[in-house]
Amino acid sequence: MAPEKKISKIQELIYEIRVSEVMKKDVFTVSPRTHMSVLRVILKENRFSGAPVIDKGKLVGIISIEDFIKWLAGREDDCPIGEKMTKDVRTLYSDEPLTNAISKFDQHGFGRLIVIDRQSEKLQGILTKGDIVEGLLKKLEVDYDNEETRRLRIQHFFEDISADKTVLLFQYDVIGHDFKKAGECSSRLKATLKRLGLHPQITRRVSIATYEAEMNLIIYTDGGHIRVRVEPHEILVRVEDSGPGIPDIEKALQPGYSTAPEWVRELGFGAGMGLDNIRKCASKMDLRSTVGKGTRLGIYVSVNDGAGSETN
Amino acid sequence: MKLTELVQKLNLSVRSAKECLDREITGGYASDLLSDVLANGEEGNVWITLQLHQNIIGVASMKDLAGIILVNGREPEPETVEKAEAENIPVMVSELPTFELVGRLYKLGVGGTVE
Repeated sequence: MAPEKKISKIQELIYEIRVSEVMKKDVFTVSPRTHMSVLRVILKENRFSGAPVIDKGKLVGIISIEDFIKWLAGREDDCPIGEKMTKDVRTLYSDEPLTNAISKFDQHGFGRLIVIDRQSEKLQGILTKGDIVEGLLKKLEVDYDNEETRRLRIQHFFEDISADKTVLLFQYDVIGHDFKKAGECSSRLKATLKRLGLHPQITRRVSIATYEAEMNLIIYTDGGHIRVRVEPHEILVRVEDSGPGIPDIEKALQPGYSTAPEWVRELGFGAGMGLDNIRKCASKMDLRSTVGKGTRLGIYVSVNDGAGSETN
Repeated sequence: MKLTELVQKLNLSVRSAKECLDREITGGYASDLLSDVLANGEEGNVWITLQLHQNIIGVASMKDLAGIILVNGREPEPETVEKAEAENIPVMVSELPTFELVGRLYKLGVGGTVE
């Protein structure tokens, strides 16, 4: 995108933020009848560079440090502020957007603008360029904070999708006999499901079942695919390989039955509990296998019986 | 009880994820079969095992276990430590054998989960 076409956040904000939100409301004012000698003390003690002049609640002028220096240089006698102040005061209405203030600052080169109420014309506050910068930074900080919390919050992804049917598909490829990468797919799936904002119990059940299936692919096959289909009401994990197949599914489902080689058992795998674990985690499971062709395992986890633990 | 207390009282050497020791533990589970831990371990448990290979980290991470204690002074494999750091799983080493270690854990008030 061309930079000049891009509307920056700042540009957006200066139209959005009103003068009243960033101006200083605590304004020190002086009366036109106060003497210049008194003003000297006020400016010095408070380090003001100027002050609005108010008479009977109405803004009648502004007296700045420049006016004061001019008076000093002229070596004139003491006199009321009313005689030396700038009467032609540029004002802003408190309900104007910041962009108006910015263009006024640009046009006239003033250091500050007096803010008055549109109806009553009464003094509301004072605005400097510094106030604008500060106001913008504060607003950006708030926005940034909100954005951060939004990111940290578990995303209820599905709730944000508007459709009659929502299905998400993930595929993970498992390499057979690669113990170094064992568990990686289920680990990635777990992180993904967490990110989707699924119930932690559901996430754990799906990942444990997938972990066991992944281990089976690694121990017994040359590899295969894990395809995960996520719908708002159900998660289906399909595990497919192309051999060697299970000769006796009934037996394989029995806890403790295992055909794992000794070296696999030494690693703590192959205890014959994998399929049983999967069955415990799943709401429904279907297993089909043909010797020499391969095995297809479907693990269904229903989101509604999510509160149930994986050990129940 | 927190992991930090266990480390101190049982004189464990921490091999990974030192910054995650502040976690409260829910109990303990002792087993060398990974599927057994997957089936019967509970979230927040400390797991006592003699398995050293990196797959123990995967299991601990799947079950959201608080940490792993290796027995008999057995040191984790380098890949295990690496993975444990990445997954924020504390791996600790005890000089004691499993039976002894579990006994000490019970003395400290860390029990198992019996339904």
